[in-house]
Amino acid sequence: MSHFPDIAFQILQSVFVVLAAPLLMGWVNQCRAWLQNRSAPSIWLPYYTMAKLFHKNAVIARNASPLFRLTPYILFGCMWLAAGIVPVLATDLPFAPAADIIALVGVFALARVFSALAAMDVGTSFGGLGARREMLIGFLAEPAMLMTLFTAAFISGSTQLTTIVETLAHREFAIYPSLAFAAVAFLMVLLAENARIPIDNPSTHLELTMIHEAMILEYSARHLAIIEWAVAIKLFAYMTIGIALFVPWGIAAAGEWSALPLAFGALAAKLALAGAGLALLETLLAKLRLFLAPEFLSTAFLLAVLGMLTYFLTHS
Amino acid sequence: MEQPLTSQLVNLLAAFLLLIAFAMLSQRRILTLIKLFAWQGAALAVSTALVAYSTGQAHLYFSAALTVLLKVMLIPWVLHRLIDRLDVRWDVETLINIPATMLIGIGLVIFAFSLAAPISEMASMLTRSTLGIAMASILLSFLMMIVRRKAVPQVIGFLAMENGLFFAATSATYGMPLVVELGVALDVLVGTFIFGIFFFHIREQFDSLDIRHMEKLKED
Repeated sequence: MSHFPDIAFQILQSVFVVLAAPLLMGWVNQCRAWLQNRSAPSIWLPYYTMAKLFHKNAVIARNASPLFRLTPYILFGCMWLAAGIVPVLATDLPFAPAADIIALVGVFALARVFSALAAMDVGTSFGGLGARREMLIGFLAEPAMLMTLFTAAFISGSTQLTTIVETLAHREFAIYPSLAFAAVAFLMVLLAENARIPIDNPSTHLELTMIHEAMILEYSARHLAIIEWAVAIKLFAYMTIGIALFVPWGIAAAGEWSALPLAFGALAAKLALAGAGLALLETLLAKLRLFLAPEFLSTAFLLAVLGMLTYFLTHS
Repeated sequence: MEQPLTSQLVNLLAAFLLLIAFAMLSQRRILTLIKLFAWQGAALAVSTALVAYSTGQAHLYFSAALTVLLKVMLIPWVLHRLIDRLDVRWDVETLINIPATMLIGIGLVIFAFSLAAPISEMASMLTRSTLGIAMASILLSFLMMIVRRKAVPQVIGFLAMENGLFFAATSATYGMPLVVELGVALDVLVGTFIFGIFFFHIREQFDSLDIRHMEKLKED
């Protein structure tokens, strides 16, 4: 069953996400600079940085295995796949039935495993350290993420993201305490998974604190550019999952070209707000000690579980 | 299955109450603990007032006002004075580490919810789904009293338990008669003062508010 307009929508969305993701990163950085009273870098800076990196020669350690070279592309592929599954602009995409929310979490996990393996591949101490920390964060964040998604799945009765979004977008207005819990839990997972401030600082290379940066320390030039791009897409994907679950209004149905401008506008507004909110959070919060990260994430897990329990209580 | 807006709001406040109970369980600082207690009182007062508004039970307005007066203003103020006088701003110590406490807490919530499920199935009231949450917050306050080592957090746990009981009464029977509520409120107030006096005595005796020292008083 192939509908040409649907597939065009799918391609449009995938290309849009990949191209717009660095812009979101730039916007977050710009907002953060404003909030911290620094003169802000250009919003296009991530693109310039990537262009610069693509023109350089890659330096790779002599003992690096093919896994090390392959990982950036795997990361990019995983994130792109995730971006294709999440309903960003439209629901009912032809690609969406390929994976439900559990598979989506699996795609993120695959990317994490490969980046940890690649970090350990060269054998530097920082790589191993970063990989261990990343796995610590990952194994705590993943159940919380799943629980959050399950709460939304219970409300709409399906684990397909598109179905969830359709149900949530076209319901009558009602207050769901369970969704409020899930939203807070999701925010905490988003911060942890995207190496944002209470867990990791994206703009530091201080050896005691870095997690994500320690893992990609050995990469240079085009590999680094692709990894940075994948990271930007990951942030974009997480934000759009959050938007899709908790504020899905204004999303278009696939093949419905007339609704597209509205969907674009709504998405841009929501993402701008979410980016500014993220920058605000990062300005207000201080980075947690690494050993407090399990506590932070267990709180997220707790909130997600409470959300699910509250759902059972109020709808039984 | 559509519920009226007030019912949804009461549910939301109940969820908020449960959240605060967990926040108190995980809190390390006494000052924040007192602030959370005040917030819990505020949520309780708003939900009581909502129930009063939607059921037309006038006496519930009185209990809401009483809650604001006592649990949001007076008792937190008394507790503030107490910890100022006792000069106890240390971090709270717990017997079990905090993530483990949270996991036990989740277990308690599941227990309370399953306990309340048959009751709320039979009830047809506005607040029927909140009974489980009320019971969960009572059990969580119990847990807090058990895992805390020092006297002040234990007392806050006790007061939070009273909040939970009050909420349970509101959600199960639309509140107790006004006389009973007045009596309970007075009891809580007097209890707080007596606890305050106790704190001073405990500290005078043992130079610490750690209640493990009281085990020494036991005669074999």
